[in-house]
Amino acid sequence: MRSTERMAMKFETISYLDLEGNLPSGFKHDLSDETLIRAYKIMQLTRRIDERMITLQRQGVVNFVIGSRGEEGCSVASAMALKPDDLLYFQYREQGAILWRGLSAEEYSHHMLLNEKDPSKGRQMSNHYGSKKHSAMTVSSTLATQIPQAAGAAYAMKIQKKDMVSLCYFAEGAASEGDFHAGLNFAAVYKCPVIFFCRNNHYAISTPRKFQYAGDGIAPRGVAYGMQTFRVDGNDIFAVYDITKKAREICMRGEGPVLIEAMTYRVGPHSTADDPTRYRKDEEVCDWDPKCPVLRLKLHLIKKGLWNDEKDKAFKDAMHQEVEAAIESARNTPKPSLETMFQDVYADIPWNLQEQYEFLQALEKEKN
Amino acid sequence: MPVMNIIEAINNALHIAFETDDRVIAFGEDVGFFGGVFRATVGLQEKYGVERCFDTPISELGIMGFAMGCAQMGLKPIPEIQFADYIFPGYDQIVNEIAKGRYRTGNQWSNGMVIRTPYGGGIHGGHYHSQSIEAQFLHTPGLKVVIPSDPYEAKGLLLSCIRADDPILFMEPKRIYRASKAEVPLEDYMIPLGKAKIAKEGNDLTLIGYGAQHHQNMTAAAEAEKMGISVEVIDLRTLNPLDIETITASVKKTGRCVVAHEAPITGGFGGELTALIQQRCFLHLEAPINRCCGFDTPYSNAHEKRYLPDSPRVLISILETMKY
Ligand SMILES: Cc1ncc(C[n+]2csc(CCOP(=O)(O)OP(=O)(O)O)c2C)c(N)n1
Ligand SMILES: [Mg+2]
Repeated sequence: MRSTERMAMKFETISYLDLEGNLPSGFKHDLSDETLIRAYKIMQLTRRIDERMITLQRQGVVNFVIGSRGEEGCSVASAMALKPDDLLYFQYREQGAILWRGLSAEEYSHHMLLNEKDPSKGRQMSNHYGSKKHSAMTVSSTLATQIPQAAGAAYAMKIQKKDMVSLCYFAEGAASEGDFHAGLNFAAVYKCPVIFFCRNNHYAISTPRKFQYAGDGIAPRGVAYGMQTFRVDGNDIFAVYDITKKAREICMRGEGPVLIEAMTYRVGPHSTADDPTRYRKDEEVCDWDPKCPVLRLKLHLIKKGLWNDEKDKAFKDAMHQEVEAAIESARNTPKPSLETMFQDVYADIPWNLQEQYEFLQALEKEKN
Repeated sequence: MPVMNIIEAINNALHIAFETDDRVIAFGEDVGFFGGVFRATVGLQEKYGVERCFDTPISELGIMGFAMGCAQMGLKPIPEIQFADYIFPGYDQIVNEIAKGRYRTGNQWSNGMVIRTPYGGGIHGGHYHSQSIEAQFLHTPGLKVVIPSDPYEAKGLLLSCIRADDPILFMEPKRIYRASKAEVPLEDYMIPLGKAKIAKEGNDLTLIGYGAQHHQNMTAAAEAEKMGISVEVIDLRTLNPLDIETITASVKKTGRCVVAHEAPITGGFGGELTALIQQRCFLHLEAPINRCCGFDTPYSNAHEKRYLPDSPRVLISILETMKY
């Protein structure tokens, strides 16, 4: 077949860790035992926080949650492979990465409960985290907008000669937006040090991925735009870590950008506003149980003699307490003040906003 | 007559449209198999097949451009934008292409379609699930804008939109999708476009609104009534083309007017209404026309309740205007 007639481009999936927690003999990595244990702990913390937030949403304490169950490997292991200052751009299901960066359960809870300690001042929906001190850009609901932004940030890093990359998360549904194509193209044309990290988790709300694309997933598009591209098992933290680390090296050599497609599965509902039983079968979800990234890492740690049931129980007890204390603290923190409604629209407050603020203030006084 | 909510009425209208006109197709994100995240398109794929009702990739510009191509070939597309806040990736296709297609091609093509999208606040949706985007589209020659306020209106107006030969933005008040209930005939019926509805007659002041805001206006009018103020409440239904006759007749009668909408006050449709009314009713006015609208901030989640021009705020505007 002549190359002009080529229809298919197939990508292999890189995977190291098997379902029993074994790595191939001779497989080398540079992750210390402490780092592996911390990865496990952060993944468990992420899962626990998600579970508690979902419960709190049902109780009316939190208004909205996007759980990341089953996808903690993608977020945590990719963040592990970066330097702490590398700029993260989120879609919304990557809380593991910001927790890896050191955002505490308490800080996370302040955001989720949209109180006055939320860095976004309660303005956005919950689950729209972000923290400049953790070099993690605040989530925006509008899908895929972060993709060209991450390219621009990486371009700035390059001309400022910083030892820095940006990493941009998104999922296979968002990759259908025009912003995806613009972002990858710009990044490739200007050789920007940006890692595009796609979580291919099978669904976009109810829409299965066969209605998202007719080719072999997202990976071939990276090649088409002229960048190095990898497909990894997103539920294998060793594969995600290894490839993200390689991608960073490629970027720092001036050969970036890089596209990584991480194959994973959205185990939970899309969000607390979704009921997946209406569009997919339970059996399909159960198929993914043994592939759970947290379970696979745990089995590995046990095999290496780094972990056991006793340690697991002690860790979970303490971690659950930490999460409860965090939630309690967030519940006891007041909501943002009325003033914050009118601040930060611009650098200064113009006359119309000042007038509107005074009007509302008078109204509130009358009410009380 | 069965009682329906707005979602059920819209779904019912879509089923009638599919049944009576095989040129009609509907598509968008989660619209096909699932029947839409708000369930407006439930049953269409099942009954009329996947060719006529389908899920699209997540690309609003794709949805809009695709709809235009379908319309140019004689189909009648009803694309859905999942939330009005997400219409902007498709803005270019709508504003520069779909709306201006008839004019630009010398009336050889006309792009008749109905772009359905839920809009407005009150659902704890933050910036991106709460905005009222009508003003951006009212500044677009070639595009009609229709906003129903209850199930009866929604069905009749939607069927009129589908049978019109222009591109129409049909904005659905999602906050009252389920809360607003009314008797809705199962039969096919249409409510003409470009006709406002006098929802309540009155003599002292004209109160103008549309969509979910209309209900706040009705509550405020009832409160005002208790204070001896007789308010005439107009539900615009169609924002473009505007029923200027009904509006001017009412304001000439009452001499006072308040306009209310959720969208930010600056550059909002209230400004346009105010200009039109003062020009046509100047000598009849006994007070400046007042606007009761959203503030000029992005939509704040934590302060959502205070952001919206709810009935107590509308009442304040009524009283201010009466006292002038
Ligand atoms: C521009 C835009 N259009 C539509 C939506 C509504 N929406 C929110 S999430 C979502 C599905 C996204 O799927 P995917 O990118 O695969 O991410 P996943 O939820 O699977 O992590 C949709 C359609 C949106 N947020 N922004
Ligand atoms: Mg997805």
